[in-house]
Amino acid sequence: MATHTEADGVTRRDFLYVAGGAFAAVGAAAAAWPLIDQMNPSADVLALSSTEVDLSNIEVGQSITVMWRGKPVFIRHRTEEEIAEAAAVNVASLPDPQTDAERAVRPEWLIMVGVCTHLGCVPLGQRGDYNGWFCPCHGSHYDTSGRIRKGPAPLNLAIPTYEFLNDTTVKIG
Amino acid sequence: MASSTYEPKNRFIKAVNQQLPILSLIHGAVGAGYRAPKNLNYWWNFGSLAGVCLVVQIITGIVLAMHYTPHTSLAFASVEHIMRDVNYGWLLRYIHANGASMFFIVVYVHIFRGLFFGSYRNPREVLWFLGVIIYLLMMATGFMGYVLPWGQMSFWGATVITNLFSAIPVVGDSIVAWLWGGFSVDNPTLNRFFSLHYLLPFVIVGVVILHIWALHIPGSNNPLGIDVKGPQDQVPFHPYYTAKDAFGIGVFLLLFAFFVFYAPNYLGHPDNYTEANPMVTPPHIVPEWYYLPFYAILRAIPDKLGGVIAMFSAILILFAMPWLDGSPARSARFRPIYRMLLWVFVADTFLLGYVGAHAPDYIVHIGGVEIPCLILGQAATAFYFLFFLVIVPVVSRWETPLPLPKSINEAVLKKSAAKA
Repeated sequence: MATHTEADGVTRRDFLYVAGGAFAAVGAAAAAWPLIDQMNPSADVLALSSTEVDLSNIEVGQSITVMWRGKPVFIRHRTEEEIAEAAAVNVASLPDPQTDAERAVRPEWLIMVGVCTHLGCVPLGQRGDYNGWFCPCHGSHYDTSGRIRKGPAPLNLAIPTYEFLNDTTVKIG
Repeated sequence: MASSTYEPKNRFIKAVNQQLPILSLIHGAVGAGYRAPKNLNYWWNFGSLAGVCLVVQIITGIVLAMHYTPHTSLAFASVEHIMRDVNYGWLLRYIHANGASMFFIVVYVHIFRGLFFGSYRNPREVLWFLGVIIYLLMMATGFMGYVLPWGQMSFWGATVITNLFSAIPVVGDSIVAWLWGGFSVDNPTLNRFFSLHYLLPFVIVGVVILHIWALHIPGSNNPLGIDVKGPQDQVPFHPYYTAKDAFGIGVFLLLFAFFVFYAPNYLGHPDNYTEANPMVTPPHIVPEWYYLPFYAILRAIPDKLGGVIAMFSAILILFAMPWLDGSPARSARFRPIYRMLLWVFVADTFLLGYVGAHAPDYIVHIGGVEIPCLILGQAATAFYFLFFLVIVPVVSRWETPLPLPKSINEAVLKKSAAKA
């Protein structure tokens, strides 16, 4: 270490301090990670990720609520009027613009997560100013397509990934 | 501040104290060794009352944990088991549940005392900050404790409060999943809340020790808000204030016992005697009364992130009080205009509490005028922030305080002379 002397202010000891300190910091972070990550969803929780539902008993105008990942999922067999009402909306005027076709693969079946996008309450069906869903907690109104129309919620009710296995069975997740 | 030193007569005690001076420490902290201003009024009882509440909560909490089961399928039943089967279980649980409310009443009065008499001003800023930290820890502890019985309010309260974090841009949803340990409030959430609800009170004990330590460096503030000039301004803490505090505790326990024995569920919500159901939200969910003003602020802002920021700001703004207040006098007693506005602020927090307890579209009739709660909440929220951000900084610097007494001693003597 002939080039670094006390004169230019950097010593061999300074290097050892920085290197040692940096190594200890990386070690502390590595030790902390398991303690933080243990709080994330565990393997068994992640495994419960899909539900199959039989739709044959749901008449037009009826809804059922099924449990998926610990949350309610609304499955509504929509009436002609509801579909027409949802399609007639000017999409550009919505807080979270989405067409009804983007939200329902088959227009008669509206499938969405029944959790208000404001603070997570379960909205009540066929209520509110838009004949869709109304959240009792903080007063958000959703339309017949589950889109947010009025109130504090920022987004439309979420659409889970789902596919129709046949005409009467849907797999959510 | 300590003047007299602890000198035990007994040789054995003296020898132990020499090797571990814990008795000297107690003597200096809450004994005759701590000299406090001699004009402290009853507002100064609430610090020690808060300490009593913390001890009551810890003792009853540890016993309740011996009978409680933190599992979603057993929690609700285990609380009923405590209420019906465990010897004196009903008493212990009612003390613990009402004790939380009592603790918050005491702490709110204690905070108000600090605001009124300027206890947050130099040289007591760190003392004040530690107090605000204790308050934040209490809110977290109280919230997690309320989740444990796993009733409908427990579940939906937990859902709403944890969802506040989903308002954070980009990482919000990941943070919420991390808090839950799943995709909704569920067993992992209940388990960790139980663990933390058991831990946090002891963290509070630690911060309380720091709070008392920081108190004893400058010594207690007093109703006049002026500095202690000499020993003639003070009396020893023991026996004068130990006796006064003990009397206050007696009165407080009467109120506490009234709630425990005559109105144990008055401060609670009947929906929490219905077991948690993730598929159905109760039609009207409200937090416990001590969070209502903040809940009203959350709902007053029509934007999700904005509401969450406003709610947290409403608490955190207390940290700024030492800088917001620029008056030459600490105590509001010498600041008539500020004092009046401070009382308006207190009324405003009660109004926010009222708004928080009612649905946003609930109509309030004020002299024949119909006002929806939402509008009332927005006005009250505006005043809340106006008070801290405009009224305190401006009025404190503009208002000339009334003449301050020369010393605590002089003021006390003058007052007793006037009485005689």
